[in-house]
Amino acid sequence: MIQAAAVHVPPPPALLGEPPVLAVEGATKRFGSILALEDVSLEVRRGEVLALLGDNGAGKSTLIKCISGVHPLDAGMILLDGAATAIDSPAAARAAGIETVYQDLALFDNLGPSQNFYAGRELAGPAWLPRGLRFLKHRAMDRATRDLLARLQVSLHRHDLPVALMSGGQRQAVAVARAAAFAQKVVILDEPTAALGVRESRQVLSLIRRLRDDGNAIILITHNMEHVSGLADRAVVMRQGRKVGELRPSRENQQEIVSMIVGA
Amino acid sequence: MHGNTPKLATANGPPGEPLVAPSLHPPGARVRALTLALLLLRVGPFLILFLLVVVLSFLTPVFLTSRNVGNIAAQTAVIATVAMGQHLVILTRGIDLSVGSTLALASVVGALTFQNLDSSLLVVLAMIGTGAIVGSINGIVYVCGRLPHPFIITLATLSIARGLALELAGGRALPGMPDLVRLIGHGTVGWLPVSAFIVVGLALILCVLTRFVVWGRWIYAVGGNPEAARRTGIPVRPVLITTYILSGVTAGIGAVILAGRTDAGSPLFGNLLELDTIAAVIIGGASFLGGRGHLGHALVGAFMIGVIRNALNLLSVDVFFQLIVIGIIIVLAVEADVFRSHLEGRFRVLQTARTA
Repeated sequence: MIQAAAVHVPPPPALLGEPPVLAVEGATKRFGSILALEDVSLEVRRGEVLALLGDNGAGKSTLIKCISGVHPLDAGMILLDGAATAIDSPAAARAAGIETVYQDLALFDNLGPSQNFYAGRELAGPAWLPRGLRFLKHRAMDRATRDLLARLQVSLHRHDLPVALMSGGQRQAVAVARAAAFAQKVVILDEPTAALGVRESRQVLSLIRRLRDDGNAIILITHNMEHVSGLADRAVVMRQGRKVGELRPSRENQQEIVSMIVGA
Repeated sequence: MHGNTPKLATANGPPGEPLVAPSLHPPGARVRALTLALLLLRVGPFLILFLLVVVLSFLTPVFLTSRNVGNIAAQTAVIATVAMGQHLVILTRGIDLSVGSTLALASVVGALTFQNLDSSLLVVLAMIGTGAIVGSINGIVYVCGRLPHPFIITLATLSIARGLALELAGGRALPGMPDLVRLIGHGTVGWLPVSAFIVVGLALILCVLTRFVVWGRWIYAVGGNPEAARRTGIPVRPVLITTYILSGVTAGIGAVILAGRTDAGSPLFGNLLELDTIAAVIIGGASFLGGRGHLGHALVGAFMIGVIRNALNLLSVDVFFQLIVIGIIIVLAVEADVFRSHLEGRFRVLQTARTA
C-alpha cells in the first residue's frame, strides 16, 4: 500500500512559462495495416510525473518506443524544450537527454553496477586513441556510481558484485539509477514495479519520487492504480492507439480512470 | 513486452522472487557460506591444477623435473596460445571451430613463403596474416550475413582452410623454416622453451586489452546481453568482427610455434585443435554461455590438458585413455558451471531477504 502521497511542491511559476521539456505532437505510427498510434499528443514538464495508462495493445509501448528512438514516427513530431528534434535511433534519444528503463531492464548480468552504468559510454582516455582502444578510468567510474547510488539512497551490500547476484529490487534500482545518472531531460519507465514485491516496489517508487524532485520529467507506464494516484501529477489514458483522456489522478477518480482504460 | 492479462488490480502483482522459507540460520551467515562456496568454485580450476601437480610429483619422480616442466610448457604452448583467442570468442557467446585448420593453412602459407623468400620476418607475418584473414572472414560473414550463430560459418572455414592447406601443400608436409621461427618453436632459455615466453607475452597483451581497455569491456557486455549492448550504443558488430580476427591471429601465432618446433609447415597440423581449445576454456572455468571468465581460465585449462597428457604418458597409460579422461573432465567442468548458477540463484534470494 502506498502511504498518502508525499507533499509535492508544484513546479515553481518560473518553470510554468517554459515550454514543456518533452512534447509529442500528432504522433502517428502504422505497422502494415495496423494503426498503432493515431494523432497522439502529450507533453511533460520538469519535476513532473506523467502516468501513461492503457490496456495491453493500447499503444503505450509503441509511443515510448517512438520517443526513445526504437521506431521512427510516420507522422507528427517530437519537441524537446520547444525545438523539433529528430530521434532516429536509441543513441540519438540518449544524446538528446532521454533515458528509458525498459521492462527487461537491459542490464548486463555479468557486470557490476558501475560497469552497467557506463556501458557504451565508458570514461576512458587518452582522447587521441580510437574509442575502443582507450584505457578505462575504473576508479572515476566506480566513484561516480557509488556517489550517485548513495545520493539516490540505493543500498547495495557490495558494489563489486555482478548484478546477477542482486535481488529484483536492487536490479531495478540499478537500472533506474542508470537512467537517472545520464538523463538530462526525460526518464521513461516501462512498468518499473511489475516484477517486484510490495516492499521492493515501494523502494523503487520512492526512487522515482527523488528523480522527480531532482527536476527530471518522468513518464511512467504502469497498470497499478495505487501507484498512479500516489505518484503521478497527470495521467494520459490511451485506447486503441488514440489518446482518450487526460486528468489529474486521485483516489476519488480511480474508477473513472479504469473505465476510460477499458472503454466501458 | 507487457503481460497477456490486464493488470488493473490495485494491489501489487505477485513478487518476482520466490519466497524465502524461514530458516534457523540468519541470512547473513548463509550469505557468507554461499560466498565461500562461490569463491571455491571460482578458484576451483586453479586449485585442481595445483593438487594435480602435487599428486603427480609424488606418483612419478620425473614429473617435477625442470626438463619435464619445460616439456609440458613446450607441448602446451600451442593449445594455450590458441585457447586465449578461443576464450575471447566464447566470451561473446560465440565459438570458433576453424582454429585448427587455420593453423594448418597458416603453417603451409609460411612454408611456401619461406621457399620463395628468405626472410624470417615475412614468414612470421605471412602466418599471422593468414590467421587474421581467416578470422576476418569468420567475423564478417557471421555479422554481415546475419547468421544466428557462428557455429556454421566457422565450420565452413574449418573445411575450406583445411582443403586449401592440403591443395597448396600438395597433401604433404613442407619441410624448412627460417631461423627466427625455429627459435620461437624450438629454442630454450635455460630449461624454459621460448614458446612459453610467447604465451606469457601474448597473455599480458590480451590481459591489458580485456581488463583495462574499452574494447575488452565491450566484449563482456556483448557476451552478457547482446540486445542491451545494441541499445546502449556499443558497436556490437565491429566488436564481434575484431574478436574473430584476434582468434585467427592467435591461430597464426600457434602456427609459428608449431612450425618452428617441427621445422615444417603441414596441412595436417592442428587436427582437433578446436576441441582442445574449447575444452581448455571450459575446463579452466569460463562459462560457455558467454560473458564470464578471464584469460587465466583459458591458460589454466590448457595447462591442465597438458599436465594430464604428460602425466598419463609418464605413467604409461594407454594414449586412447587420455581422450576419455579429458572428456570426463569437460563434463565435470560444465556441471560445476551449472552448480555455480544454482548457487547464484540462492544468493540472489538471500539478497532479497536481507534487504528486508
